[in-house]
Amino acid sequence: MLVFLWRRLLYTLPIMLGVALVCFALVHLAPGDPLVSILPPDASAELQAKLKELYGFNRSYPEQFVSWVWRALQGDLGTSIASNRPVFSEVMMAVGNTLRLAMVATLIGFLFGCLFGFVAGYFQNSWLDKLASLTSVLGVSVPHYWLGMVLVIVFSSILMWLPPGGAGPGGSGDWAWDWEHFKHMLLPAITMSVIPMGIISRTLRALVGDILAQEFIVGLRAKGLTDFGIFLHVVKNAAPTALAVMGLQLGYLLGGSILIETVFSWPGTGFLLNSAIFQRDLPLLQGTILVLAMFFVFLNLIVDVVQTLLDPRISRS
Amino acid sequence: MHITVDPQKLPELAMQKSAGYWQTVGRRFMQQKVAVAAALVVLVLLVLAVFGPWLAPMDPYQSSILKRLKPIGFPGHLLGTDELGRDMLSRLIVGTRLSLFIGITPVICAFVIGSVIGITAGYAGGWVNTSMMRTIDVFYAFPSVLLAIALSGALGAGITNSLISLTIVFIPPIARVAESVTTQIRGRDFVDAARASGAGAFTIVRVHVLGNVLGPVFVYATSLIAVAMILASGLSFFGPWC
Repeated sequence: MLVFLWRRLLYTLPIMLGVALVCFALVHLAPGDPLVSILPPDASAELQAKLKELYGFNRSYPEQFVSWVWRALQGDLGTSIASNRPVFSEVMMAVGNTLRLAMVATLIGFLFGCLFGFVAGYFQNSWLDKLASLTSVLGVSVPHYWLGMVLVIVFSSILMWLPPGGAGPGGSGDWAWDWEHFKHMLLPAITMSVIPMGIISRTLRALVGDILAQEFIVGLRAKGLTDFGIFLHVVKNAAPTALAVMGLQLGYLLGGSILIETVFSWPGTGFLLNSAIFQRDLPLLQGTILVLAMFFVFLNLIVDVVQTLLDPRISRS
Repeated sequence: MHITVDPQKLPELAMQKSAGYWQTVGRRFMQQKVAVAAALVVLVLLVLAVFGPWLAPMDPYQSSILKRLKPIGFPGHLLGTDELGRDMLSRLIVGTRLSLFIGITPVICAFVIGSVIGITAGYAGGWVNTSMMRTIDVFYAFPSVLLAIALSGALGAGITNSLISLTIVFIPPIARVAESVTTQIRGRDFVDAARASGAGAFTIVRVHVLGNVLGPVFVYATSLIAVAMILASGLSFFGPWC
C-alpha cells in the first residue's frame, strides 16, 4: 500500500510541473504586451523598460519560468497588475468562497444523484427510471448559466424568496454559516448541483443495474437476506465508483463554475478569472489557473487513494 | 462443397451485398423510436442551418427601440424580441448555422489531430507512448471549461480563437481513446501476421489500425459536438473578451 502511495505521489510531480508550464505558456501566448493595461498610451520608452524590469518581463522565457516556479513554491504568485495586491492572497480568498459553494453543490448533487441513480437502477425501464433518466439528461445538457438566470427570475424576481447574487451582507470577506449567508448560497449551489447530479445518477444507474445482475446477488437472496440487506451490499459495491465520480465532479466545479459565479456575482475563482481576463491582468490569470489546476491534480490523487482504500480489488500495480 | 458463381455476375452480387447492409442499418434504425425522433431533430436543425436566412420570418439584425423586450406571442414576433427589439425567432433560426459550425469544426479538427497523436503513441509504444501520453495527462489536470476559458481569454476574442481553444480542449480525450484502442489492436494476431509478411509500419496503420480505431473514436467524437456547442455558448456568454 505504501509503495502504491509513493508511486502515485511521484507520478503527480511531473504532471504538476507540466501544469505549471502550461499556465506559464498560456500567458505568454497572449498577443500584445502584458503591461499594456497599466501603461498610459503615451508612456515613454524609459518607463516601459522600467516596468518591464519590475515585473521581470525583460528576461528570457526559461529564466522567467524558473523564477516564477521558484517563487510560486514559496507561496508568492506575484502582484496583480490591476489591484496591486499579492495574487496569492486574492486567489486563496476566492478559492475559499468557491470551495464552500462547490462543496455544498456537490453534496446536493450527490444526494439527489444517488437517489435518482438507485431508483433508476432498481426499477430499470419503469416510468420512475425514465423520469430519473430524463432529469439527469436535462441536467447535463442545459446550459448552466441559463438555468441560473431562470432561477434568478423565478425565485428572486417573481417570488422574491432569495437574493439574486453576492455572497452575503458583509461582502466577500466574511462568511458565516447562518441563514442570512446561506440564503445567498442556495441559488448558485442548486444551479451548480445539477451537473454532478446528472452525471452521478447516470453512472449509478448503470452500476446498480450491473451489480444487481451479478451472481452474488442471487446467492445472497438464496441465503435468505432481506431486500434491505441486499441493498446494503449494492451500496457497498457501488460506493467506490460513486465517490470517485463525486470527487472528480468537485474538481470540475472548482474550475468550471466560472459562468455560474458570474451570473450570481459569487466572489469566487470564476469571478476572479472573469475580472483577470477582462482587465488583462496576466499574473492574476496565471496564478488563478495554476492554483485551480493544482487543486484538481490533488483531488485526482485523493480520489485515487480513497478509491484504492475502499475497494481492495483495484490492483495496486 | 464448392459453390460456383458466374464471374459475369460478380459485380452485381457485390452491389447487392452493399445494398443489403444499408437496408439492415435502415431497418434497425427505424425500429428505434428515440433514434428516429433524434434524427428528425437533427434534420430540422440541418435544414435551418442551410436555409436559415431564407426561412427566418424577419431580418435578425433589424432592431427597434419601440418593440424592445416583448414577450413570447407578441403580434408579429412569435418568440418575442430581445433587448434591442430584434426578432428572437429569426435570430434563433439564423444562429443555428453558427452554432452547428462552432460545434462541429473543433471536433473535426480535434478528431484529426487527436487520432494522429493517439495512433502514433499507441502504435509506437514504449517511451514514445509514455512521453506523449504523459504530456496529454497534463491537459487532463485542467477542467475543460477552465481550459477553454483560459485559452480563449489568453488568445483574445473572436470565433477563430474560440475554435482554436475548443480544439485544444478536445484533443486530449480523443487522443486517449485512440491510444487505448490502438494499443489493443497492436497486440492482435492479424497485426503480427501483417508484420511477418513484410508490411511496413505505415501500411499496417493504414490497413489494419485505422479501420479498427476510427470507429470507436468517431463515436466518441460525435458525443463531443454537443459539449462543444455548450462550451462555445458559455464562451460567448462570458463576454467579448473570450
